[in-house]
Parts: sequence; structure tokens; C-alpha cells
Amino acid sequence: MSDRGEDIVLPDGKILRHDNRERVVHWAIAIAFVFLFLSGLAMFSPFFFWLSLLFGGGQFMRLVHPFCGVVLVLLFYPYAFNLRGDNRWTQADANWVANMFAYMKKGAHFTDTGKYNAGQKLMYWSMIPIIAVLLASGIVLWQPWFAPSFPAPLRRLAGLVHAAMAFVMFVGIGIHWYAAFWTKGSIQAMVRGTVTQAWARYHHPGWFRQITGKDP
Amino acid sequence: MALETQDIRARSATTTSVPPSARSFQPEVSKLIDLSRCIGCKACQSACMEWNNLRDVVGTFEGSYTNPPDLDDQSWTVMKFNETEVNGQFAWLIFKDGCLHCTEPGCLKACPSPGAIVQYQNGIVDFQQDHCIGCGYCIAGCPFNIPRLRKEDSRVYKCTLCSDRVAVGLEPACIKSCPTQALSFGSRPEMLLQAEHRLTDLQERGFSQAAVYNPPGVGGTHVLFVLPHGDRPEAYGLPKDPRIGPMLALWRSTVARSLGVLTMFSVLVAGILHYMRHGPLEVPGEDGEGTPAKGGQP
Repeated sequence: MSDRGEDIVLPDGKILRHDNRERVVHWAIAIAFVFLFLSGLAMFSPFFFWLSLLFGGGQFMRLVHPFCGVVLVLLFYPYAFNLRGDNRWTQADANWVANMFAYMKKGAHFTDTGKYNAGQKLMYWSMIPIIAVLLASGIVLWQPWFAPSFPAPLRRLAGLVHAAMAFVMFVGIGIHWYAAFWTKGSIQAMVRGTVTQAWARYHHPGWFRQITGKDP
Repeated sequence: MALETQDIRARSATTTSVPPSARSFQPEVSKLIDLSRCIGCKACQSACMEWNNLRDVVGTFEGSYTNPPDLDDQSWTVMKFNETEVNGQFAWLIFKDGCLHCTEPGCLKACPSPGAIVQYQNGIVDFQQDHCIGCGYCIAGCPFNIPRLRKEDSRVYKCTLCSDRVAVGLEPACIKSCPTQALSFGSRPEMLLQAEHRLTDLQERGFSQAAVYNPPGVGGTHVLFVLPHGDRPEAYGLPKDPRIGPMLALWRSTVARSLGVLTMFSVLVAGILHYMRHGPLEVPGEDGEGTPAKGGQP
């Protein structure tokens, strides 16, 4: 399959799930997100304003936040574009969603949703518009260069939208983190790039068949 | 500790509810601007520059007596020469622009930095530039378009109502300079009473639409205007019914933000509980413990 990219069975029997470039970009996005998350949270709620100390104070934090956002956008969209083939929504994904709670209780067998399961695909497809809206509203708020060109009511709307979308993103990434922590082997996959054949067969049977040619 | 830091009514982005307020009696102050007496001499503008040591860039003539053309970080008050028609004839509606010191300030509500905007017990809304982070939310939150971001230091500035002078019992610099007594300063009840007297006087003189501008949408302002054409505040450059508005109220709502923080926190708690209840998701049999029979084969 052309959109399988570099996924191959290595000589040691492991499967390469995320190649070097994908992993480096993923972690760069993660670092940018953590910076954005901490600084955004400080500005979102006074309860967390102490986080500004991590950035050497509120002034510098406010200054770097939008630049981190631009870095994230520049890294994320080419990354997401490369992953689009593996994130196509299918009937199997709809079935996965119907069984979501059973999966969470480990009470159902994983089905053939491709390289990613429906939860991962929902994450993927939700981040694409959310990050776009965060970028657009962020530009409207960005002092001192862009904000003065927009009328105050639009900036109020942008502030509200930016906070609401950031909230959705925080929750989404929170679930993403937990899912990665819960599913043993997936952090290893994103750090070292490889998974075992058993892991692939168990979690992503359809993908296992595509890579190895064996029946899961 | 400066006296005024002990007399704070409201403080931006502050989680504890009671700011320092040492004194048991603090009269609320107000500035009254009677535009019917204003001759547009700009003495107040000069006095503001003098007292606050501000020197704006010298601009160019753009066909209006308004100079500089608008408020900025070096011009905290500006005489606006609004050109309009009154009873079919050309008229200047001269207006002294600057912060109105709202009782419910949109800037303070919008500010995310603790203590960058404070409201003193006497009603003055003051920016504390050492706490300002330069985000400009106050500019978006102001219904009167007053605060200005200074690019050189990324901090926001506006009229302080000479809080430094008022704190030691002096009146604001602009008040001292006014040659026609268009400007007065004193306790709020006194100024409201004086405004009513001026209104009666103006109405007797034929200004039937004269009004006091003290907009209730922001809880009233500590800068009061007597407008000879009170039915048309827009002609002076004032919004007819300024208010904080639902967008800002929701954006900076403590309830909404607390719910947001709680929800994010509950994702963490849900994760911990889920892990405690169900344990990690592992490939059955891979670590030599679980049995591969259940769930392993789709």
C-alpha cells in the first residue's frame, strides 16, 4: 500500500510503526504543546498563574506563547498531511465507536480499523480544525502586531473561542496521554519506533495483516 | 508600602476574594467634566503631559484641531474636536477623551495577570505596569477604547486619574489647569449633585436634551460628563449604552473557567480511577503472565 509509508518488518522481527522523522516531529509538537498548555493555562485561570514562573515571568510567557503556537502549526499540518491515509474513516471505525466503552473495559476484541483505531482517528480529525481555529483566533489576539487591526468585539470573540478551543484540545490531549500510558507498548512505539508483532496483531489486526501478510 | 496599595477594592485575576483595604473610611471620588463650559483650550492635555512627564511624538496637521489624533501611550487625555451639525448648523462638540474609571471595569475583568489592574477604594481604576504582561486583553475588554499598549515596553497605559496626587489629597493635574471650571473633582455624591445643578441650569438655557453621562451598564463611571446634547452621546464619541457584554463576561467568567479547570482535572482523576480499576492494556501473554485465550485473537 502506497500510504503505508515506511512501516516494515525489521530483521529482528519487530515492526517499525513510526519512522525517525515521524517520531522527531511528534515529540517536537508535544514539546510545543506542553509550552502552550502551561502558558495558556496560566492565562486561562489565575489559579494557575504561578506557572508563569516557569517561563521567567508573565511578560516573557506572553511573548513566547504565540511563537510556540506558530511552531506547533508549522510542524503539525505537514505531519497530519502525511498521516491522512492511515486516518480514513471506515465502517469498522463506526463499529469501534459503538464498542468504545467495551474496549475501555477490555471487554471486546479489536477490529480491523487499519493502522490507527477509531479513537486515534477521532483525535486526528478533531485536532485539524481545532488547531486551525486556535491559530486564527490567536492571530486576532496577538499583540502587538496583529491585534490592533481587529475591532474590540472581534477580539473578545476571539478570546472566548481561543479559550474554548484550547480547553477542548487540553481535554483531547489529556485523553491521548492517558491512552498512550494505558496501552502498554505505544509509548515505546513513539520513542523507539518499533512494536512487536504480537502488539500489532492484538491492537491493530488489520494493520498487522497489511505489514506482515499474515492473518492476525 | 504605598498608602494606595492598602486601599484596594478589586484586583485583576486574583483568586483570594479580599484585597488589602486597611481604612474603614474611603470616600469615593469623581471627576465631573461639564462640556458646556469647555472651550477646547487643551490646558488639561498639557497639564496631564506635565504631571505625568509624557511627551508624545509631534504629528502632522490632518485637518482637525484634535492633536494628537487619538489617545496613545504618551497621551492619556486628548481633546476631541468632533465636527457635527446641531440644528442644521456646523458645530464642534468638544470632548475630553480619556479613561472613565468604570465602577465595573471591563479592563479589570479581562486582565489575566494578578494585580496588573486594580480598583482603589476611592473608585480609581489603575494599571500596575510592573505586573502587566502586555497581552492587550484590557484593550479588548474596554467598552470605551481607552487603554493603549506601549510597544517599547509591552505594557498598557491610560489615565490614572492622578491616583498619585489623589492619594495625598491633591486634585488631578487636569482639574488644576482648567480655566473655565469645566472640570471639577471631589467626592462622588458632591459631583453627582453638582452635575444635577448644571443640568438644571443648561435646561433653563434651552438645552432641553442636556444629560449627565454616568452609564449604568458599567455600574456608573468615576468620570462624569455633562453633555449639552445628551440625546446624542455618540456625537461626542461616547457609546450610548456601554456594557461589558456577554462575550467578555463568558470569556472571563470565573464559573466557566473553574468548570474548565475542573473538567481538565477530572480527566486526570478519571485516568487514575480507570487504571486502578482495569489496569494496563497489555497484549495477553506477551509478558508471560496473562493467558492469550481471551481477547488476543480477533
